[in-house]
Amino acid sequence: MMWVLLVVVAVAVLWIVGAYNGLISLKNQTINAFKQIDVQLKRRHDLIPNLVNSVKGAMDFERSTLEAVIQARNQAVKVNASGPEAVKQISQAENALSSALSRLMVVVERYPDLKATGNVAQLQEELTSTENRIAFARQLYNDTATQYNTKQQQFPTTLVAGMAHAAPADLWEIEDQAERAVPQVDLSRR
Amino acid sequence: MIGFVLFFAWLGFGGDYILAFATTDAGPHAYHHVFPWLGIVLTVIAIITARYAYQSGPEKVLWATGAREVIDPQTDGERQLVNVVEEMAIAAGVARPRIWIVPDDDPNAFATGHGPADSHIAVTQGLLSLCNREELQAVIGHELGHVKNLDVRLMTTLAALVGAVLLVRDGMGRWMGGRGRIASRTGESKKGAGPLLAILLALWIISWVIAPLVTQLLALAVSRRREYLADDMSAQFTRNPLALASALEKIEGATAPTTSIKRGAAHLCIADPLGRHFTNHEGWLGDVFATHPPMGMRIAKLKGMGYAQLKKEGGSFTSSARA
Repeated sequence: MMWVLLVVVAVAVLWIVGAYNGLISLKNQTINAFKQIDVQLKRRHDLIPNLVNSVKGAMDFERSTLEAVIQARNQAVKVNASGPEAVKQISQAENALSSALSRLMVVVERYPDLKATGNVAQLQEELTSTENRIAFARQLYNDTATQYNTKQQQFPTTLVAGMAHAAPADLWEIEDQAERAVPQVDLSRR
Repeated sequence: MIGFVLFFAWLGFGGDYILAFATTDAGPHAYHHVFPWLGIVLTVIAIITARYAYQSGPEKVLWATGAREVIDPQTDGERQLVNVVEEMAIAAGVARPRIWIVPDDDPNAFATGHGPADSHIAVTQGLLSLCNREELQAVIGHELGHVKNLDVRLMTTLAALVGAVLLVRDGMGRWMGGRGRIASRTGESKKGAGPLLAILLALWIISWVIAPLVTQLLALAVSRRREYLADDMSAQFTRNPLALASALEKIEGATAPTTSIKRGAAHLCIADPLGRHFTNHEGWLGDVFATHPPMGMRIAKLKGMGYAQLKKEGGSFTSSARA
């Protein structure tokens, strides 16, 4: 009888350790995935001035579009808020930058001659890639966070969720309604 | 890996056992097989080969295909490839793999390496010129799926082992040819060794004969199941299963075999580089010998995924479905 009890306790302890460590690992993965979004946003900030400079000459007639991009970029860099409002402010600034960039891409698409210029084709590729990186970083964050949230809410893992200080992570979503309606621009290049 | 070493141990020690049996009844001055050196030697060889295959596998495979590494992208195509790989690495949450281009006009791609921290992705020149950005992305997603599932480690090791087994078998076969005659001559007198020895001998010989076949079939079975999984992972990373479907259709359309990718590495590629046509049939033969599941099945599965996704989003079939 004593033995049975001991075995049951041992199994329970082993399971708790496993579930706890699993939750901690997912929690850290979620935090890391969130930081990766920052890394990609920073990369975009650093890249934009160079990109815009390299096509300034070729796109003199679309000066306003380029300036809008630069302005939105500077705005996004300036946001240095902290606290609960931080995520909201950052995502607002970044969304503005995203729409400025997508306008630029639409403009580039409108001038086939422009695309023939080496610099501009490169610009287009870099912009596409930059936007994709941010999108994929967010996607990874959302996937990881969903996995984490599901795990901590499911029975029986939910029993150790308190011990692991697991709280549901917020998913990243588009707040601006206009952003959702951004026209689909086909940028597929051969 | 362990199975491989154990299999070799059986080949070696089994041989020792049979030789020991065969020589116990021989005269006092004849050769007595007491020390199991055959087993020890073969096991050591197996361990060394397995270890060597594991360590040098990626380099061997890349070297065999004549791939060159893209370190500083020069052309637009190379720049795009590097960007696409970096994007997909972000989506998969793994470190950026090293990128290689195989100078071959047939579209194909493969991944190799030891795991997410140390991986390589190679694409052919043909794939770069044939696929658009989204299709390339889907193909790279498929390869990164292999990387993330640790398929690369398994499959690269298998590729190296298939070669090693063939080599050892051929060498041993020659050696046994000379040895076997002596054994049968000295063994004339002992008829009473019993059926146990006969069964053992038969089993042992069969093992030798089928060794390469077993290794190869193992590689194939692993490979086919993993292809579907990698297709799913690609769809998960790009959220665009239709792009992979259309890439596979294009690759399928280009029938020329990929000459620079040898038989041993076939199961690493996204599509069977040998262009064998039974790869396209379901059924027993195709199931056992093909390195890849039928292309038609893979495309159909991906399209099913894509249309289900479009239906959920309420989009039309022509719009590009990027989540």
